Amino acid sequence: MSTLLELDRIEARYGPVQALHGVSLTVAEGEIVAVLGANGAGKTTTLRAISGTVSRSGTIDLEGKSLRGGPEAAARAGIAHVPEGRGTFVELTVDENLRLGAYTRRDRQVRADMKRVAEYFPWMADRGGQRAGTLSGGEQQMLALGRALMSRPRLLLLDEPSLGLAPLVVREFFRIVRELNESEGLTVLVVEQDARIALSISSRAYVLEVGRVALSGSSEELRADENVRRSYLGY
Amino acid sequence: MIAASFADFMQHVVTGLAQGGVFALLALALVIIHRSTGVINFAQGEMATLSAYIAWTLIVNHGWSYWPAAAATLAISFVGGVLIHTVVIRPVERGSVLRIVIVTIGLLVGINGFIIWQWSGVPQLLVGPFGTSTYDIGGVVVSAHDIGTILVALGIVLLLWLLFRFTKLGLALRAAAVNPEEARLVGVRVTWMLALGWGLAATLGAVAGMLTAPANFALDPNMMAPVLIYAFAAAILGGIDSPIGAVVGGLVLGVLLNMLSFLSQYGLFDWFSEELRLPAALLIILGTLLVRPQGLFGRPEVKRV
Repeated sequence: MSTLLELDRIEARYGPVQALHGVSLTVAEGEIVAVLGANGAGKTTTLRAISGTVSRSGTIDLEGKSLRGGPEAAARAGIAHVPEGRGTFVELTVDENLRLGAYTRRDRQVRADMKRVAEYFPWMADRGGQRAGTLSGGEQQMLALGRALMSRPRLLLLDEPSLGLAPLVVREFFRIVRELNESEGLTVLVVEQDARIALSISSRAYVLEVGRVALSGSSEELRADENVRRSYLGY
Repeated sequence: MIAASFADFMQHVVTGLAQGGVFALLALALVIIHRSTGVINFAQGEMATLSAYIAWTLIVNHGWSYWPAAAATLAISFVGGVLIHTVVIRPVERGSVLRIVIVTIGLLVGINGFIIWQWSGVPQLLVGPFGTSTYDIGGVVVSAHDIGTILVALGIVLLLWLLFRFTKLGLALRAAAVNPEEARLVGVRVTWMLALGWGLAATLGAVAGMLTAPANFALDPNMMAPVLIYAFAAAILGGIDSPIGAVVGGLVLGVLLNMLSFLSQYGLFDWFSEELRLPAALLIILGTLLVRPQGLFGRPEVKRV
């Protein structure tokens, strides 16, 4: 497997507060990689550094090319970032959200892709005109995923998708992510509080502690690791 | 008597729609900027006056014919709006709303001063594109200028609707306005979109200014000041974030003010005179804010928890 994303000693700060102290990680083509850690460990900041929504130093390579600039540039390079807390335009309709997902695309298959995306989310079929703000939390999270898919991303970044959702909805969400990964080879970097579900769908994982990578390995190894079990799996 | 008063009534309706059309255009400009930048642009009226002066200069001093001059004015106004955003608004955009408001008030004063310095305060005549002829339609005398104004206003509203509703650019403009951070994540260049919004608003203002100058037969530095108050009233009546509300609010306000004039001629509200038009508009602003703050077409603000 070839390396799709490579972070080399990334540091990031919010004003005077340094959130990342040299995080290095890699994601291979077609992989699902999880980032675990406690609140404030730098999980969200890691994703924000990749999509350019926080100022950073160090190098980030996507397909061997250095990523520079803000989120507009990251989006054009093929990164789809689904931020924490339902990344949808609540005032716009379901269809408009999907069309915006394809904003950086110049090809003519956007309509066909909207149909294809809707196949993963059957409830969307006759609700294209509904405002996203009136959807349920789970539906909004699905819409955010659908919108990310509309960009035909090289890399999907998911930030705490399980936050505030019912367990059944979370399971359905990750089932779709896994299906996309298996059938379309979608590469995913997912940040999750829920370590159990994150380790169950990922092949590898990194554990962050106060802005540094404390531990990394295959998801299977991490599940068996005494510390991970006690700190993040809770048994 | 009845027939005569009906014709008079219709005349007032037509005049009201024409004036309301101008209010609607300027109100739309206010709404576009409020949606994207989050403030009322107090300089919107002066920007429109400046545009009208540019048209006047091209026609009178440089001998251009009307339509090329109008087209050039729209283009110059668009670029001017983009520049105002880039040079003056953007540096303070991240600060508090009050800072931006103060800057727009500064722009108002600055542009007004520039106009007086450049063209003096002497009223000038800017011709209209539709001439001064009138038509008699079944006893209702309507001016070509009023009909033209109504058609231009409706045409522009239709074009804007098509732009925002059906084009990718329009969708990006809306996305950048309602949720800039998300918009960046999907690749929308938000700064460009906000600048484009200012350009669009300045262009709408230019049309409003060019339509106002001939109607009053007086292009002077304060020409748009009352129109801006009416546009405020229209935008607030319709809902400050609702484009359709701005249009309906403008037309309703125009007709309403002319209805008051009409009724006062027939003994009802006979105390009403032209001087009370502005206070009436202010009353509408106050009334709307008290009774229905979100306006006729606005949605009450709902915060996500």
